[in-house]
Amino acid sequence: MAVVDIRKLSKTYQLGSVQVPALQEVDLQIEPGQFVAVMGPSGSGKSTLLNLLGCLDRPTSGRYYLGGEDVSRLDDDRLSLIRGKRIGFIFQSYNLIGQLNVVENIQLPMFYQGFSEQASAEHAEQLAVTVGLADRLKHRPSELSGGQQQRVAIARALANDPVIILADEPTGNLDSASGAEILAILGRLHTAGKTLIIVTHDTEIAARAQRIVQLLDGQVEEELDNRD
Amino acid sequence: MFLFRLKHIIRLGVKSLWMHRLRSTLTTLGIVFGVCSVIAMLAIGEGASREAQDAIVQLGSTNLIIETVKPPEEKTDTGNRQGMKEYGLTYDDAESIRNTIPDAQVVVPIREIDQKARYLTRPEVAIKIIGTIPWYTEISPIRVIRGRFLSSVDLQYRLAVCVIDDHIARKLFAFDDPLGLDVKIHGSYYRVVGIVSKARHSEMTGAFGTIPAPVSQSGVVGNVYIPLTTARCRFPELDYRFSGGNRSAEKVELQKITVKVDSSEQVLPLRDILDALLARLHKKQDYNIVVPLELLRQAARTRRIFSIVLGSIAAISLLVGGIGIMNIMLATVSERTREIGIRRALGARKRDIIVQFLSETLLLTLAGGVIGIILGSLIPSLVTYFGNMPTVITSASLVLAFGISAAVGITFGLYPAYRAANMDPIESLRHE
Repeated sequence: MAVVDIRKLSKTYQLGSVQVPALQEVDLQIEPGQFVAVMGPSGSGKSTLLNLLGCLDRPTSGRYYLGGEDVSRLDDDRLSLIRGKRIGFIFQSYNLIGQLNVVENIQLPMFYQGFSEQASAEHAEQLAVTVGLADRLKHRPSELSGGQQQRVAIARALANDPVIILADEPTGNLDSASGAEILAILGRLHTAGKTLIIVTHDTEIAARAQRIVQLLDGQVEEELDNRD
Repeated sequence: MFLFRLKHIIRLGVKSLWMHRLRSTLTTLGIVFGVCSVIAMLAIGEGASREAQDAIVQLGSTNLIIETVKPPEEKTDTGNRQGMKEYGLTYDDAESIRNTIPDAQVVVPIREIDQKARYLTRPEVAIKIIGTIPWYTEISPIRVIRGRFLSSVDLQYRLAVCVIDDHIARKLFAFDDPLGLDVKIHGSYYRVVGIVSKARHSEMTGAFGTIPAPVSQSGVVGNVYIPLTTARCRFPELDYRFSGGNRSAEKVELQKITVKVDSSEQVLPLRDILDALLARLHKKQDYNIVVPLELLRQAARTRRIFSIVLGSIAAISLLVGGIGIMNIMLATVSERTREIGIRRALGARKRDIIVQFLSETLLLTLAGGVIGIILGSLIPSLVTYFGNMPTVITSASLVLAFGISAAVGITFGLYPAYRAANMDPIESLRHE
């Protein structure tokens, strides 16, 4: 069964008196363990799709089943719960909290799900070690390089063992060496069976994906299957 | 789990407040002053109330005290400087009150004379002689601790006996047992038959413990009670004074008459009756009726005015302080828009965000409250020291002050927290 199942999903923004359709009746099914790249020029609806997939926004019409559950009509509290438990976010600008150190940042999603301090701290340290930050546990984000910060963000995205990992231009702010490291880590996650959805302009990332979804003017223009 | 959350939230709050130390400190000032005034207000109020209650214990709530007052000088004829002035309460007044007013349960005439007392060859001590009758114990909160009080036999035979209070016993006799010994006053000897002590009245608990009872102006150590009849025949009622070569004399029979009634409801009606009676007997206004119950009301009035003034100061500074805090919290919220977006994306519900910012506001106001309580505890002792006013800080007032700062925090923190919680997560994540 598809982990992400989108049926005729539409999103229309109201700008003054004008209705701007951002997504029009998009259908998309993503199987567990797939590595999907979403591409398209700016204004094509990539961000809107990402926000809807990440349960940060509700569609104007259509259905979104995440792990079999319809999440397109949930209230704010339920959506928060879904975000915390089933979705891992990786942002272009890392979005770490500056006052917290590496472990505390990784603990944050567990904190909101009510884990005990000790359990979450141990788990956060393990995750930090798996992304190669064993010697940076107590550092603040401002003391880390961009690549290291993005690795913290990846560890944080994995904290609650989410159903899907959503990444928005994860290498956009990085030099090519750091970007390659991040891609390597994402590749390992894919190998480990995680479902990855990456929004990107970068054809290099897209080349690693199993599927490429091309968006144009709020519609899926073409789907490329990279699978051999 | 709850503790973890609390710890996390508090640690985060402290961190972010610490990041803006100056801003946080300035913001809390309003709360500090507000809490200060609350504590000062309550301490002064409590002090005044204890003082009034004390005065009541001292004077008696069912007592009416008629005092002799010197009437204003009559400047009719300048030649009559040597004339004798006669004024004040008389034995006849006491007799009339006793005979005509049935409500008056006890009528106690009191003669007061300032004198010096001596025991053997030890130094003289300034005392106040109180010439009175055995029923004095009914109207005054004194208590016999050794021997006995004056008796009707003493009164009838004008015996040279006296009852002294414990201050004099200590000062005059030191380590000797005063009972049965003789005190020399004004050339005569009086045998001590009893020792009394005053009910604890003049020990006021201030901010720093007890404030000693004020020593009376003339350095009088204490009271010596003798029978009124003895006082009448041994001490002249005439008092000669020499000033600027002129001799003048005053004649006063009684300094006070205390009237006791059954219940405090009878006090005020009786006051008017007494006034009418005495107005008929006296040509001049040479007396004054003091109603302790009314003193209490007066004290309550004064206290109310104090409370209104300080209460308004407190209310205004708490309001202004609260608005200041709200302002700062709104600024904090908009500074941390992105953080809010991140937290929302990572699973924080609206109420988690509310709790976070509300806790931060509370932390700020409670810190202000604590500083205010510390400063506010110092103010009453300054008032006591410079304003000569008793003050009492009760633990209830500290709890109240703390509660008020918490209430201000919640009141003025709710809106910023609510605003933080209702930010659109997508917009906040995009916020630079």
